[in-house]
Amino acid sequence: MSKLLIGKLSDIDIRGSRTVRVKETEIALFRLEDGSVLAIENRCPHKGGLLSEGMVCGTVVHCPLHDWKVDLQSGLVKDPDDGCVMTFDTEIDPEDGAIYVTI
Amino acid sequence: MTVPKKLVLIGNGMAGVRAIEHLLKLAPDTYEITIFGAEPHPNYNRIMLSTVLAGSTELKDIIINDWDWYKENNITLHTNQSIKKIDTQRKVVISESGIEAPYDEVVIATGSKAFMLPIPGADKEGVIAFRDIQDCEKMFSAAKSYKKAAVIGAGLLGLEAARGLLNLGMEVTVIHKHPYIMERQLDEAASLMLRKELETQGMKFLLSKHSASITGRGRVKELQFTDGSHLATDLIVMAVGIRPNVDLAKSSGIDYNNGILVDDFMNTNIPHVSALGECVEHRGVAYGLVAPLYEQGAVLAKRLAGVETAGYAGSVTSTKLKVSGVDVFSAGRFVETEGSRAMRIQDDVAGTYKKIVIRNGKLVGAVLFGDTADGASLFASIKSGESIEGREKELLLGISSDLLGKSGGGASRLENMPDDEIVCGCNGVTKGAIGDAVLNKGCHTFGELKACTKASASCGGCKADIEGLLHFYAGDKVGESAKEGICGCTSLGRDEIVEQIQSMRLMTVKEVMHVLDWNNKEGCSKCRPSLNYYLGMLFPEEYVDEKESRFTNERYHANIQKDGTYSVVPRIYGGVTTPADLIKIASVAEKFNVPLVKFTGGQRLDLFGVKKEDLPKMWEELEMASGHAYGKTLRTVKTCVGNTFCRFGTQDAMAMGIKMEKAFERLNAPAKFKLAVSGCPRNCAEATIKDLGVVAIDGAWEIHVGGNAGVKVRACDLLTTVKTEEEVMEWTSAYLQYYRETGQWNERTAHWIDRVGLDTVKKALEKQEDRLALMERVQKALSVTTDPWKEIVDNDELRKNFEPIAGPLPV
Ligand SMILES: Cc1cc2nc3c(=O)[nH]c(=O)nc-3n(C[C@H](O)[C@H](O)[C@H](O)COP(=O)(O)OP(=O)(O)OC[C@H]3O[C@@H](n4cnc5c(N)ncnc54)[C@H](O)[C@@H]3O)c2cc1C
Ligand code: SF4
Ligand code: FES
Repeated sequence: MSKLLIGKLSDIDIRGSRTVRVKETEIALFRLEDGSVLAIENRCPHKGGLLSEGMVCGTVVHCPLHDWKVDLQSGLVKDPDDGCVMTFDTEIDPEDGAIYVTI
Repeated sequence: MTVPKKLVLIGNGMAGVRAIEHLLKLAPDTYEITIFGAEPHPNYNRIMLSTVLAGSTELKDIIINDWDWYKENNITLHTNQSIKKIDTQRKVVISESGIEAPYDEVVIATGSKAFMLPIPGADKEGVIAFRDIQDCEKMFSAAKSYKKAAVIGAGLLGLEAARGLLNLGMEVTVIHKHPYIMERQLDEAASLMLRKELETQGMKFLLSKHSASITGRGRVKELQFTDGSHLATDLIVMAVGIRPNVDLAKSSGIDYNNGILVDDFMNTNIPHVSALGECVEHRGVAYGLVAPLYEQGAVLAKRLAGVETAGYAGSVTSTKLKVSGVDVFSAGRFVETEGSRAMRIQDDVAGTYKKIVIRNGKLVGAVLFGDTADGASLFASIKSGESIEGREKELLLGISSDLLGKSGGGASRLENMPDDEIVCGCNGVTKGAIGDAVLNKGCHTFGELKACTKASASCGGCKADIEGLLHFYAGDKVGESAKEGICGCTSLGRDEIVEQIQSMRLMTVKEVMHVLDWNNKEGCSKCRPSLNYYLGMLFPEEYVDEKESRFTNERYHANIQKDGTYSVVPRIYGGVTTPADLIKIASVAEKFNVPLVKFTGGQRLDLFGVKKEDLPKMWEELEMASGHAYGKTLRTVKTCVGNTFCRFGTQDAMAMGIKMEKAFERLNAPAKFKLAVSGCPRNCAEATIKDLGVVAIDGAWEIHVGGNAGVKVRACDLLTTVKTEEEVMEWTSAYLQYYRETGQWNERTAHWIDRVGLDTVKKALEKQEDRLALMERVQKALSVTTDPWKEIVDNDELRKNFEPIAGPLPV
């Protein structure tokens, strides 16, 4: 496990997302309305859709390909579908807005 | 407070879940309910599989209770979990994967199994039944790769399967062991008429044939018959009957015969174990239609709720063939035997046939072909067992039907129908119950009536009658009340939402969801884009578009492909380009290693396989406007060459098309829309299947609207014919704006026109002052649009979203 400095809060629009690649894994970072940042693996468990491109409603992202709904906190796919994606712990430095992800 | 008792239902099908629905109404908090279902789906309408197969309904539309329903009612649902045994000593049910659930009461509703002929080869690939969603999916996929299908069994199910396979484009042969089809539901005369009709539809029949074996390596290739003949086929659907599913009774020591044995209160021989549906045998009968099963469900629900009930005494059933395009109805004992008399009329010109069978002065059976309007009243008479002496002729000829030449046949039949007559056979809904729902419970739409009374909620065969009664009772009030919500987050319909936004001047998506009390405050991928559209449409100048409430394509201004790359389509007005532009596109494609360049159906160039981070760079080099090939906006204006070069051309189609594309580019709308202009009625630009198509005729222009070439082709309707180019622009502007203002988000013009009616549209655009007002509003909406590609290229803050974050640093 290692903690990585990914970027700063202003890199991501509110209710928007950015991606970052760490070795083999592409991670999607979402900045929610409440200011928090959540990170998940950028791959829909259905057919590999890029979740970073999906619409975020609350803490749920809708996959752009077939509208599967993935909870950003738990990584679990919502009913009626089934599956999960990896989630990563995030931390934000309240001083300078730096975003850290633990991988 | 008492602790709720544990109720376990085995079988997530039509009969069991209906009983639960009933129970929840009678005794909401009495039971803690757990349901096990062997299929992976929530409770769906099995009957409609026929309609799904025939292509007129989609799988997603046949769900009766969706996942939320289980949650809302605190029901624990285990799908994909087959129960293998009930331990009646310990009072637990045990699933195949080992889940155990204790019960105080358990209900078995495992339905039936399709009977598969035990002939050699019946286990080959491509030999299936017609029972569940999975079977339907197998037929869909077989139809994609294979041509020939055989259906064994010409009963209701077999013919519905055959009709569906025909619709899927397969060659279908129906094999039947009897000399005439549907012999259990029809007499010989009606059966013959039906066969002729189906033959003209392209169905082939092999009658008096017994199947002997199935051959083929791995997959079926041939069906052999006992007489030595054979039939080449790629798919075999066996529809030779069903057998009550008694597996659980066998493994758990519950008495069964053909089906699981139950008394009039749905008790089996073991205390606290009940059963209902197709898996049971009641007074020697196992039923295969939903109406009796629903009656059983009502009795069981009452018993479990502790409400008094007289018990279930058995049912008389009636049948209808659903999807063949011909109406067939039969009920009761329709074959005359000693002691009964039959009366019939047959009209080979109109293709109708009617037979009634009378015994001891009472109606005991009926068969109808071609015109089944009297089915319900005849069925009511059979069930009531009333004397019909002296009225036989009247019944045969139809009470006050068109046959007697009276005016308003259909309506007056409904009017004269007694209150206790059952209109919806599946759900046992009487005319009186419909009246009550309309007059006292405020149901003013078909959907509400269906939700409230369940009428027409199963096979849908009575829809016309229910709609007729709705008009009869509600008169002008039809359709007045609340429509279904636009999505699961709200119960409000599109019109109410737009009206509220306007009157309260709500200005953001969030505000709308908040003020209008969304039950899901965050919204979903359906309502957020809708609201974003409605707000922009209502307040073009004030509203700030929310890109977070738009789909990927509209956020990145390119079409996302299945591998996560995008496609780029530059604007080429009217499909007319120049060598210089082509060179530019070609060199950009080369520079960025675009793997595929293709002309689209709308005469544009599409560059596929572009990485997201390359998009802004390509746009920058192209220096062309966005072709908007991704949005709910104007896509393309397709043109023919017109009188510039073509010898038939009457007008300058290219110039007209370019003018239109320049005028309306970037205009957003409820859904994408495509235009076209043809220079003469030969219509090379295919203008009459567009959202709006202009066709030049000598000295004038025709404007056609509401066309679509998608899944279901809809040809345009002619809106008007005008003289000048200015008028074309005026009508087009007015039409598009009227669509923008009244369409539901994601509703193409073809559906919109069908919903609001061509006449409504014509009327709205009839007066020039109205057209000009609409035109002014569309101009306003257009005036605030900008080219999105240019905007992104010039703005680093927007551009950053196309790039990954620079890189992780360890800390
Ligand atoms: C194509 C088609 C068309 C039809 N058309 C009509 C029509 O027009 N009119 C009409 O009245 N009827 C029609 N029917 C019949 C009607 O659908 C059935 O009568 C009705 O669905 C029976 O309800 P049920 O609940 O008894 O069984 P089902 O609806 O079959 O439900 C039983 C469920 O239990 C599940 N199950 C079985 N064993 C287990 C186990 N051990 N553990 C857990 N789950 C189990 C099954 O997977 C199934 O989902 C049609 C049927 C078909 C297939
Ligand atoms: S539609 Fe008429 S004018 Fe246009 S190309 Fe075809 S034939 Fe020529
Ligand atoms: S790939 Fe995500 S929903 Fe299909």
